[in-house]
Amino acid sequence: MKKLQILGPGCAKCIKLTQNTEQAARKLGIEFELEKVADIKEIMKFGVMMTPALVVDGKVKLVGKVLPPAELENLIKD
Amino acid sequence: MNWKDEWKWFAGLAGAFLVLFYLPVGIPRFDNAVLEGLYLAKSYAQEHVILCLLPAFFIAGAIGVFLSQNTVMKYLGADAKKVLAYGVASVSGTILAVCSCTILPLFAGIYRMGAGLGPAIAFLYSGPAINVLAIILTARVLGIELGIARAVGAITFSVIIGLVMHVIYRTEKDGQEGPKMVLGADDGMRPLWQNVLYFAAMIVVLVFANWGRPQEQTGFWHLVYTSKWVITALSAAGLGVMLVAWFAVPVLKVVAVGAVTAVFSLAFPHTPMVGFVVGVIGLSYLTSTQEGEMQEWFSGSWGFAKQIMPILFAGVLVAGFLLGRPGHEGIIPSVWVSSLVGGNSLFANFIASFAGAFMYFATLTEVPILQGLMGSGMGKGPALALLLAGPAVSLPNMLVIRSVIGTGKTVVYVTLVIVMATISGFLYGTVF
Repeated sequence: MKKLQILGPGCAKCIKLTQNTEQAARKLGIEFELEKVADIKEIMKFGVMMTPALVVDGKVKLVGKVLPPAELENLIKD
Repeated sequence: MNWKDEWKWFAGLAGAFLVLFYLPVGIPRFDNAVLEGLYLAKSYAQEHVILCLLPAFFIAGAIGVFLSQNTVMKYLGADAKKVLAYGVASVSGTILAVCSCTILPLFAGIYRMGAGLGPAIAFLYSGPAINVLAIILTARVLGIELGIARAVGAITFSVIIGLVMHVIYRTEKDGQEGPKMVLGADDGMRPLWQNVLYFAAMIVVLVFANWGRPQEQTGFWHLVYTSKWVITALSAAGLGVMLVAWFAVPVLKVVAVGAVTAVFSLAFPHTPMVGFVVGVIGLSYLTSTQEGEMQEWFSGSWGFAKQIMPILFAGVLVAGFLLGRPGHEGIIPSVWVSSLVGGNSLFANFIASFAGAFMYFATLTEVPILQGLMGSGMGKGPALALLLAGPAVSLPNMLVIRSVIGTGKTVVYVTLVIVMATISGFLYGTVF
């Protein structure tokens, strides 16, 4: 079970990253749980200041940009 | 019937009915204001969209994709030299704050994990005022003078406000208790000189396409004016060469787009907008059909267009309805405006700063609103005051700022913003 978190206050890019992440995780066929973190103080706890960001099982994998689903698959996998 | 869910529909329908039932059509003042809104929207569509906003979106998109945000953030980190941090914080909004929603997380990050309160405040204050789109549109619509004053004012005062905040709270230990900053990876950044040339080409296109007719019929400025389309075309061609050389866009495609653009430009020599639009469509085609960073560039630019255009047009309609075009009246009598913020008294500047600080301006809508206010008799000083205080703070973002730095500091910050905006508006109004 992977825990995927999207950090971002809710701008257009954050929504896009959420969609792409969900698509990538589906494609991988893994069990996952997707959570959106919008509170700035919570986002800071990850040390992230450029949103959107992707966190996989508590580890920051992507900061400040959106990637297409195919590239996200690699980030989620390992 | 489930009233718990249905009440929203009911309230909406009833509200729309009441609005229409009592709609004041036929009253000259109202009818005229509606027309003013439409006139203003038309003039924006004709004058500002193609030559100004479209290239500006491409520049903003390019900043997001090609400039390394991480390099900038290094100067705002916990180990950064303090003097340098203030300088970088005050100008980095141009690169970091292309989207208004990124400012608050960056601010919180600089405060908690980075260079501390002073630089964070400097960034927070100048960011919204000096992002590229805001400066370009301000200079285009309200005049180059006010555009420059806005940028210079925002940068200068951001440093002052940051330093004052630092001095007031110098005994407190600065943030830095949090986790370490996590920065993204910089993959394949190109050398600085390439970036400089590439951005210069785009900026030359933007500036010269919008070059205004000078008053004199001879001399250097007139010569620049008469050759502005030649300069724009050469610069665009240069951009095409760079796309092939550095960004791996196929030569044939670029040549084809260039040729089509040239044909249209020469076929319609008196409406240069035609050639310009063809060029923009061509660039969109070239970028969107490539893989990788070219496509990122396009989707970044397109993202800005999607995000900003609807709000801006709604803002223009509302501003036109309320305040009218310059020289015309909307629903609000000009006398009210000029009695409150006309001239350049300290009072007028203060009212403008105070109103600006609490009002919420959606991205860029401060520009048409200010245009309307100035048309109704607002002085230049108060206009700058509102431009400086307006986008920097608003009631909604004060609440977020408060959650990051606490009530006391927020109150001090907002007070400083209002005082500084008042003073700079007053000075500007006195000098110009």
